[in-house]
Amino acid sequence: MSILIYAETQDGQYSKSAFELASYAHALASTLNTSVTALAINASDPKSIERYGVNKVLEVKNTVLSTFSAQLYANVISQAAKSDGSSIVIVSSSADSKFLAPLLAVKLEAAFASNVVALPTSIAPFLVKRTVFTNKAFGITELNSDVKLLALSKNAFGLIENPSIASVVAFDVTLPSITQSVTGIDKATDKVTIADAEIVVSAGRGLKGPENWNIIEELAEVLGAATACSKPVSDMGWRPHGEHVGQTGKPVASNLYIAIGISGAIQHLAGINSSKVKVVINTDPEAPFFKAADYGVVGDAFEVVPELIEKLKVFKSQNS
Amino acid sequence: MKILVCISHVPDTTSKINFTENNTQFDPNGVQFIINPNDEFGLTRAMWFKEKQGATVDVVTVGEVAVEPTLRKALAIGADAAIRINMTPQDGFSVAQQLAKVVQDGNYDLVIAGRESIDYNGGMVPGMMAELIGANFVNNCISLTIQDNSVIAEREIDGGKETLTTKLPLIIGGQKGLVEESDLRIPNMRGIMMARQKPLNVIDPIDAITKSSTKSFEKPESKGAVTLVDKDNLDQLINLLHNEAKVI
Ligand SMILES: Cc1cc2nc3c(=O)[nH]c(=O)nc-3n(C[C@H](O)[C@H](O)[C@H](O)COP(=O)(O)OP(=O)(O)OC[C@H]3O[C@@H](n4cnc5c(N)ncnc54)[C@H](O)[C@@H]3O)c2cc1C
Ligand SMILES: Nc1ncnc2c1ncn2[C@@H]1O[C@H](COP(=O)(O)O)[C@@H](O)[C@H]1O
Repeated sequence: MSILIYAETQDGQYSKSAFELASYAHALASTLNTSVTALAINASDPKSIERYGVNKVLEVKNTVLSTFSAQLYANVISQAAKSDGSSIVIVSSSADSKFLAPLLAVKLEAAFASNVVALPTSIAPFLVKRTVFTNKAFGITELNSDVKLLALSKNAFGLIENPSIASVVAFDVTLPSITQSVTGIDKATDKVTIADAEIVVSAGRGLKGPENWNIIEELAEVLGAATACSKPVSDMGWRPHGEHVGQTGKPVASNLYIAIGISGAIQHLAGINSSKVKVVINTDPEAPFFKAADYGVVGDAFEVVPELIEKLKVFKSQNS
Repeated sequence: MKILVCISHVPDTTSKINFTENNTQFDPNGVQFIINPNDEFGLTRAMWFKEKQGATVDVVTVGEVAVEPTLRKALAIGADAAIRINMTPQDGFSVAQQLAKVVQDGNYDLVIAGRESIDYNGGMVPGMMAELIGANFVNNCISLTIQDNSVIAEREIDGGKETLTTKLPLIIGGQKGLVEESDLRIPNMRGIMMARQKPLNVIDPIDAITKSSTKSFEKPESKGAVTLVDKDNLDQLINLLHNEAKVI
């Protein structure tokens, strides 16, 4: 009996979600009187996750696993869960974890809840709170199986340090042959992704045309933020599809979401509901976004954004 | 090539979501239902395979009789035949088992599902189906080309995309990118007339294992009023974000 987390890494470094998973698992383990095991694949400093309350790290080193494969990774996690006798397995909501989780659920014969936003509200029966209807509501879902698989929503629990001493145990895996291979990865490495970002700067049709996105990118750069957009903006090809957020696009769960020239249609708001703080900049005081925002500026983006950039630069130079 | 498109019947994206019976049931009153947007992109890509590569396209939904208009719409868009598995969907796993049976009995080469349904957002049915059948699986699929048995697919990853080569039989969790928004088709009169003649086969569910169930629902807490900042006083905004919200 243990709780297993799949602690994701990027270029060998644990991603923030790995620490969030550890924080969550530690809290859950305390109520269940059990321990937390982290599975780390090709991590350069596997022990460092002990800061968030992990008791044991199963360390897998294997060059075949240097490129992500959902088939292989699901297989490895399943081997780890079986060997560790895990009753609860937790993964993140990254694109890779969403890819492997349903495969893993079937392998473990586990009941699976995705988009989990809080600790279980009850252990027997096992009830978890998850978002449904794309953030328009929450569902309390009962999981009925010996092994349970949870996918935790990003930023739902936060990072909580609980320094402990973790033993690092080498874990040997046997890999099956697979019929699927990655032939190319196309990823901007110098940009913050929407999935990782603490701050997202997003713009809509109010920006009038793709040539005006320089102020959005500059604002994002000053804040170390990712850029995003409304659906029509990506439909018209002003911005790439990967930036489209909303009910039919990506969900955003950042700490700060700045919406510029976006009206705040229900489909847009559904995707950003779980962002903590929302700022809207819009010429129209009647724009529905003002009802969903924490802070608002009624004004023209082409005046407000450049001025905000200047003021933020001053602020950053004084606060760093 | 035999293609099966899995269609989830979901509330229109403009719907306000309400619950009844002490917040234990979703209230479909006044809600318009649509083809799940991710499935509509997949169906449209399937039409391309039909027209350009001679594929046949069937559509399937696990649901009660109320889902039939959604299946008829898929037929009007151009699918050849529809299947309805006659039951109320329980959980993602049981739906995946029902669909896996249809895939196996029908010997489909390619199964196009959506990366997630916009109602319960499980993001699990296509992957579970693939694991149950032992088919290849590509999630968040944004581009798909097939020659004979060979597949080149792209999937969205955090911050970019990845190209995969694989083989049929294949199941995908599709999304926008498979086709563009402007490629989506609105059924025309002729399509709607033809859809009435096309087969819609109702089949009984198999015995399946259910592992989860939604017991109750909650609405998000309503927000306090927005704090407006004058556009000539942006220092105040920075101050609020720094000292009050503590996000910068
Ligand atoms: C099936 C379906 C699914 C959908 N899914 C999504 C989704 O996932 N995500 C999504 O975003 N949308 C989605 N939509 C579209 C949604 O309904 C809205 O049409 C869309 O969000 C509007 O985008 P927008 O706010 O950029 O544009 P608009 O609604 O045109 O708003 C532009 C805003 O900019 C403001 N503005 C104009 N000029 C300036 C200026 N100079 N400075 C500042 N502000 C200015 C205007 O006051 C206005 O509020 C969906 C629609 C459908 C039918
Ligand atoms: N009841 C259903 N009938 C047919 N297909 C479904 C059903 N539920 C889900 N699917 C398919 O599985 C995808 C992902 O759904 P989900 O796992 O529920 O998020 C959907 O986009 C559909 O393609």
